[in-house]
Amino acid sequence: MSELLLETRQLRKSFGGLHVTRDINLVLRAGDKVGLIGPNGAGKTTLINLITGVLAPSAGAVHLGGEDVSALSQAQRVKRGLVRTFQITQLAPTLPVRLQVEMAIHERQGTVGGFWKPRSSYSAVQDESQAILQSLRMAGLAARAPVELAYGEQRLVEIALAMALRPRVLLLDEPMAGVPSGEGQVVLDALATLPADLAILMIEHDMDLVFNFADRMMVLAEGAVLAEGSPAEIRRHPAVRAAYLGEEG
Amino acid sequence: MTSLSLHAPPLWRQVLPYAALLGLALLIYFVFPDQLPMAARIAALAIFVMSLDLVVGYGGLATLGHSAMYGVGAYAAGLLATHLTGNPLLGLLAGACAGAVLALLSGLFLLRYEGLTFLMLTIAISQIAQNLASKLRQWTGGDDGLSGFTIQKILGLASFDLQGRVAFVYCFAVMFICLWLMRRLMASPFGLACVGIHQNRQRMAALGTRIRWQLLKLYTIAGAFAGISGALAAQVAQIVGLDSLGFELSAEALVMLVLGGAGNLWGALVGTVVFASIHHWASTLNPYHWLFIIGGMLVTMVLVPRERWGQALSRRLQLFRRAAAPSGASS
Repeated sequence: MSELLLETRQLRKSFGGLHVTRDINLVLRAGDKVGLIGPNGAGKTTLINLITGVLAPSAGAVHLGGEDVSALSQAQRVKRGLVRTFQITQLAPTLPVRLQVEMAIHERQGTVGGFWKPRSSYSAVQDESQAILQSLRMAGLAARAPVELAYGEQRLVEIALAMALRPRVLLLDEPMAGVPSGEGQVVLDALATLPADLAILMIEHDMDLVFNFADRMMVLAEGAVLAEGSPAEIRRHPAVRAAYLGEEG
Repeated sequence: MTSLSLHAPPLWRQVLPYAALLGLALLIYFVFPDQLPMAARIAALAIFVMSLDLVVGYGGLATLGHSAMYGVGAYAAGLLATHLTGNPLLGLLAGACAGAVLALLSGLFLLRYEGLTFLMLTIAISQIAQNLASKLRQWTGGDDGLSGFTIQKILGLASFDLQGRVAFVYCFAVMFICLWLMRRLMASPFGLACVGIHQNRQRMAALGTRIRWQLLKLYTIAGAFAGISGALAAQVAQIVGLDSLGFELSAEALVMLVLGGAGNLWGALVGTVVFASIHHWASTLNPYHWLFIIGGMLVTMVLVPRERWGQALSRRLQLFRRAAAPSGASS
């Protein structure tokens, strides 16, 4: 069995009397491709925020590579290989794309605090940045800023930043959200270039995409796990069909 | 918003602005000798506005309390000269250390907050510093200011003269070095991260950036430069007043920064020169209404994007070139 990378144990989050995450147990091993679906308000993004440390859980724990990281900051978790993308693109709007990728590489290498050496003298970082963009067929966009890019291209920049951090676990929060149908294939091609041993948790409302991408599915409803299994099992699951795939009986 | 280019410009383009600045200094020195005292004050003040640019333009931290670091730098240099040594370079070092320590200590608390809360707390810090300086009369001279200290020869070569020649050369040299240092610092990966934090904190947090730690470093560095500026002003004027810690200085510096454009340090320099020159000339012409001119310029600069100024300028240049070109050249 491949290496256990991410595990949540009885993860719970409440805002007053509102319980948005209820005792979630999630396991991701190296190479896992897990799809997370559920209606709006099911607690999918909250779960990602809990795993990444943006939110502190009310109860339960997050383990990364066997280590309890529940008390660690978001930055410390990223250093341990836990990386996310956002449902709504989060980029520095006027910084050229390649500089943003370079920023991520500097962050990964620990050279981001370097005061003295000009960033233009880090040629290995520049080469790696260019190589990542080339692998996503974005080399031509290197000098452009996100404000000049189409939304689908901006989603690719998010994936490029994630790749630059060389994650062990990648949490993709609706990578196709807002992407025009004509540009969707570009994002899919980008996802196909990700390393095979990377553990991925993907939230997505595009059912065809997520069912094709994932080898395991988890369905959330009102903060709790409604169903879990292979894509085929989830397709057949009566409660899932009733609630999320628009079928009855 | 600060924007960085992908490729470093060619060497000549990097050197050209510094050469032009040097040329301007020579022009002032030889052609306008009676303006040297004012030019020296502007050079010292420009360091302060550039240090503010680090915080506001690069880090995206709106502050109205930056004068606290300037003021403690000024008092540190004054006290050093009064009680220990009048060595000017040690005075600058004392100012830098005092500004950096205050920025570090206050930043540990301030940087827990953002936006308006941060802004209001920075004002509070400068007000506390000003009140402390007022109460500690035996050290600071209180409302009368700290005076009576003398500054030794610069590098053992030249003393401050009445015409302000030495003061100008000294202030300009320190300003020139500070500008180069700050530009160099912000061209580093650290500078890039600061711009990233300014533009999108959420993204930087997702990259694993320790945002408060990076901003604390930036705030401390800016504090050191503000302290140098204060120390320089104190050495040249040989008096330090309570106003050096005041809110008004911070607010004026912010106006200068907006006038020149934040986020590249050159704008801070230009803004300081423009503001101080208008202050000097317009207040002489009309001491009661000169602020209208500054206000009008500020409104214009804020309402008309900088790109529009650039486009208008390049259109004028093109028209000028066409008019200057021989008639056959255009066909």
